[in-house]
Amino acid sequence: MTASSTATPVPTKRRRATAARQNLTGWLFVGPFGIVFLALLVLPIGFALYLSLFQKSLIGGTRFVFLGNYAKAFTDPSFLDGVWFVIRFSLVLIPLQMAVSLAIALILDIVVSRFARFSRLMIFMPYAIPTVIGALMWGFLYSDNFGPLAEIFESFGRQAPDFLSTGLIFYGLLNIVTWQWAGYYMIILYAALQGIDPTLYEAARIDGASQWQIVLRIKIPLVAPALLLILVFALIGTLQFFNEPKILQQLAAGSIPDDFTPNMYAYQQAFSLANYNYGSAISFALGAVVFICVYIFLFATRKRGSFFS
Amino acid sequence: MSVTPMELTGTSAKDTSDTRKRPIRTRGRIPLNIVLALLMVYFLIPFWWVIVNSSKTSAGLFGGGSALWFADDINYIGNLVDLFTYGGGIYARWLGNSALYALVGGLGATVLAVLAGYGFAKYRFAGRRAAFAIVLGAVMIPMTALVIPTFVLFAQVGWTNTIWAVIFPTLLNPFGVYLMNVYARDAVPDELLDAARVDGAGEFRIFSQVALPMLRPAIVTVLLLSVVASWNNYFLPLVMLSDNRLFPVTVGIGLWQSTASTYGAAGGQSLWSIIILGSLVSVIPLIIAFLTLQKYWQGGLTIGSLK
Repeated sequence: MTASSTATPVPTKRRRATAARQNLTGWLFVGPFGIVFLALLVLPIGFALYLSLFQKSLIGGTRFVFLGNYAKAFTDPSFLDGVWFVIRFSLVLIPLQMAVSLAIALILDIVVSRFARFSRLMIFMPYAIPTVIGALMWGFLYSDNFGPLAEIFESFGRQAPDFLSTGLIFYGLLNIVTWQWAGYYMIILYAALQGIDPTLYEAARIDGASQWQIVLRIKIPLVAPALLLILVFALIGTLQFFNEPKILQQLAAGSIPDDFTPNMYAYQQAFSLANYNYGSAISFALGAVVFICVYIFLFATRKRGSFFS
Repeated sequence: MSVTPMELTGTSAKDTSDTRKRPIRTRGRIPLNIVLALLMVYFLIPFWWVIVNSSKTSAGLFGGGSALWFADDINYIGNLVDLFTYGGGIYARWLGNSALYALVGGLGATVLAVLAGYGFAKYRFAGRRAAFAIVLGAVMIPMTALVIPTFVLFAQVGWTNTIWAVIFPTLLNPFGVYLMNVYARDAVPDELLDAARVDGAGEFRIFSQVALPMLRPAIVTVLLLSVVASWNNYFLPLVMLSDNRLFPVTVGIGLWQSTASTYGAAGGQSLWSIIILGSLVSVIPLIIAFLTLQKYWQGGLTIGSLK
């Protein structure tokens, strides 16, 4: 491409032929994905929007209500409480997760040993576990019947905290999600740290910088793009929270209702109550909220060379 | 865990050799190693609990012994037999289903992502910028928001409760396209492609013989990420499937768990020991995959975050 455009007079006919070939081959490569994209993303979104404009009732059948379902959703305490919960959860979880994974990555960047390499792999391990199984394992650890908490706290003469109770389920879930993802984020940050040119540290040390100053002034600013990527992933993941609360629902009798998160509420509406129209409206509203939040966030923090380049 | 002290002492000798290559002050290193050891205990404790408790009989599980140590009789064999014979051997079928969905879905998603990522990176075709912007936007759409409308669509053509209901939606991986595009842009030089064109090679021959080998690290990463995403998926198969012979292992264990919880500790007792062992067995394949493919994913996971 660069060669043909810089070369001196190429006959226009040939140039046009090259452009046409570029067009055709380009679309041939992108085409198969494009078809899947249209069929499994664009079509369902359009269909969700369409479904969400109708209401089904026992008497009168299906009728067009335009934005009626959305008006209902945004005044429905079940939906609003769910949204409020995932927002609150994200606000605590994401900084916690980023701090934990960054701290571990920084330690592993400093400590170079076989033990450090081994622990890096072990800390990453929870990522390989399905979230369902991860939630189940922690559910066992929290439970009175199987868990070690009662045993440990009793040896100190204390009452064990019940992380499955209404009051503490927030922290129970916080722990599970942090455990599951911190290792994955740590690997991303660790590799970003390893990509930094070590001569920068030498130069800083000659100028009299301490280890802490190197961490705060060189390492953290240079891994900022990786931190941003993690933040976006964590945000998208948390707002669609479903698996962990769904699995713990049975073990934590009563502290996780069916409308705990927006996704659980949409699931209940669609599959327990066969109310696909309202379920679709909730799904669509949630998708739109997530998309807009992430888009605004990325736009506000955009830099040259980041995700939007 | 029992490995920690051994590994700790084992490292001190190794450390000195590393220090020569990369001068780091030794002060503060022992506390950091202790922090690492504590972190490892935290990250491994659920695994330890599952390994210990899957050895117990129902009596041992509910008998009030220590939750973090083995009971007197170690019953792995008995529990394994129970696990693979319960419900007519349904567990083995679930594992097979998970493998099928993960491999077919993951491979398909990877092929599509490699083709599209390469196409976006190396051809200046009309509409490229707009199309790529749309794909980037799609990365930000929560996939679970698509599940309910996709279910209703599939229901109309009779695809729900078939393996395709789980496999088709897994083929969509916009993030994979993004990763491949970023990687192909830098890893495959345009000059090389032009040289091959001058030599008279066709576009698809150039792709398969020149570009594909250079894209290998990114391909392994996208494949691993798609396989893991599909193996770990829960919401999609939970919605799509009603026949328990089609369940992947995540939905299957979820089903056992809710059955056992409904009957409480009394009625569900025999089920709990196979749920615990079933959880352990279900995580072994991916752990092995990650340990053996280490050198590929450790580099590849960072594509797109290094800039």
